[in-house]
Amino acid sequence: MTTTTTKVAKMNALQLNNAQFKSILQKATNLVALPLIGIVVFLLLWSMAADRIDTSLGKFPGPSSVVTQASTLYDEHVAEREKATAFYERQEKRNAERVAKDPNYQPKIRKYTGKETFFDQIITSLITVMSGFLLAALIAVPLGIAIGLNKSLNTAVNPIVQLFKPVSPLAWLPLVTMVVSAVYVSPEPVVPKSFLNSMITVTLCCIWPMVINTSVGVASIDKDLVNVSRVLRLPALKHVQKIVLPASVPAIFTGMRLSLGVAWMVLIAAEMLAQNPGLGKFVWDEFQNGSSDSLSRIMTAVIVIGFIGFLLDRVMLQLQRVVSWDKAGAH
Amino acid sequence: MSVILDISKIDMVFPTPKGPFTALKEVDLQISKGEFVSLIGHSGCGKSTVLNVVAGLYQASTGGVILNGREVSEPGPERAVVFQNHSLLPWLTAYQNVELAVKQVFGRSKSKAEVRDWVEHNLKLVHMDHAMNKRPDEISGGMKQRVGIARALAMQPEVLLMDEPFGALDALTRAHMQDSLMEIQAELNNTVIMITHDVDEAVLLSDRIVMMTNGPAATIGEILDVNLERPRERLALAEDPEYNHLRSEVLKFLYEKQRKVEPISASKSAKESTKKTTEVA
Repeated sequence: MTTTTTKVAKMNALQLNNAQFKSILQKATNLVALPLIGIVVFLLLWSMAADRIDTSLGKFPGPSSVVTQASTLYDEHVAEREKATAFYERQEKRNAERVAKDPNYQPKIRKYTGKETFFDQIITSLITVMSGFLLAALIAVPLGIAIGLNKSLNTAVNPIVQLFKPVSPLAWLPLVTMVVSAVYVSPEPVVPKSFLNSMITVTLCCIWPMVINTSVGVASIDKDLVNVSRVLRLPALKHVQKIVLPASVPAIFTGMRLSLGVAWMVLIAAEMLAQNPGLGKFVWDEFQNGSSDSLSRIMTAVIVIGFIGFLLDRVMLQLQRVVSWDKAGAH
Repeated sequence: MSVILDISKIDMVFPTPKGPFTALKEVDLQISKGEFVSLIGHSGCGKSTVLNVVAGLYQASTGGVILNGREVSEPGPERAVVFQNHSLLPWLTAYQNVELAVKQVFGRSKSKAEVRDWVEHNLKLVHMDHAMNKRPDEISGGMKQRVGIARALAMQPEVLLMDEPFGALDALTRAHMQDSLMEIQAELNNTVIMITHDVDEAVLLSDRIVMMTNGPAATIGEILDVNLERPRERLALAEDPEYNHLRSEVLKFLYEKQRKVEPISASKSAKESTKKTTEVA
């Protein structure tokens, strides 16, 4: 009797495990296998198509040539870094010798002026997009809150926002360039002009979605919460800090994620157009270079740009999860 | 007893695209200190408008509200409101929600430790001290409403205004909350104005039931004194002839004298009203 019950129990346990195993398997399929299949099929189609496209710079790059170029780009980066260290070592040595000869000599440190590598360009682009984005947030969030709180201000500002929102930031680029070179004149600039140009372009692109989302978020705060604040007689500043800002964090983040995505796309184009350092310049330089490797190097850049754009969005999402109370909204 | 709150002949006219709409006409009511008054009437009759005028969230078109000899012109913590859908700040815990109110009202007069004690005391009063550090989305509807009541009580209001505080709760939770409220009321003896749809709730909790006529131009139809002895016991009252008489008075007012005629179909509204009667019975 007891043996049969234990047997049954065991069988039940086995079945349960079986069911659990199935559900785990299904999750694994959904999470890993299906995307993997998608990627493999894409790579196959890509390499097949690439083989058939002939250009004046050789065949269209397939996956394998991209992998080769990725490692070449990394090797170039390492080589360039070695050259730079060697340069600074030589310089130091020379300076030390001169100081030994002449104690009054003030040694000059000259910067290494080698070519920026692919990885330098990635860093430049990332710094540019982040600083432009932050500048936009500093302007747009307070402005959006003010517009959202004040209907008259909203009516006054809305036409301007609506007018400038659809303008491609690239149209601003020539104007930005001219204004920066006219206004930003200093013998020892803290940041290069080209950086400012790209950054301001990014800012102009980010501002509008952020202003609109913030103001909509603020304007649509639950009326009861506003009434709570009124009953408590919260002063204006405390009202913003305790009620308005937390309540509109989800909307603000939606605007931020939208604008960061667009900003990254626009930045690459701006760098190509204005020859400002960054990934866009890398792509343009390779195109102008026109060597047999150029297309595969550009393709590598394309994939890296896509991957960084994806990472930027993930970072914003994580940030939103940390900051926002509305866990349901963050997906 | 001394009159603490005087709702003095208020009219409320809202401008609409079709011209002015008179929601309230000559609503006149005096409330004594420590009195529990419920406002009952069909939906859309302007009960909430009366409450909002007392709260200061709306301004009466003519007439006014006088609290302790001073006219009410803006919202304030001495007329704390318990909103129908709790209105807790979703990003703050239960404790922080009450704390925000306490700090705002007593921030200058109470020390840090006193603020802490007062917040905890009020949460204990509504039996929510076990879930102080939970956020609104982690607790049930009844618990949220308790925290909302604790927040209002913590302001030590002259008049506590409750806008259908238990309207969104299921029947069992509602009964439980009513018992809690009676318990608190026995201890603190607040002056309360409560809006309700529920006839039993009105009779059980109130000293006076103010019945409002249907809008537009709604006003006070009848006032019923409830002289049932306190503490009141829900089960014992069910057999009480006085209680049942009061109940039927309110029901008569609502379903005979002020029968709500729905524009959609008369039969449907009649069905609904019978359904409502059985529901509250």
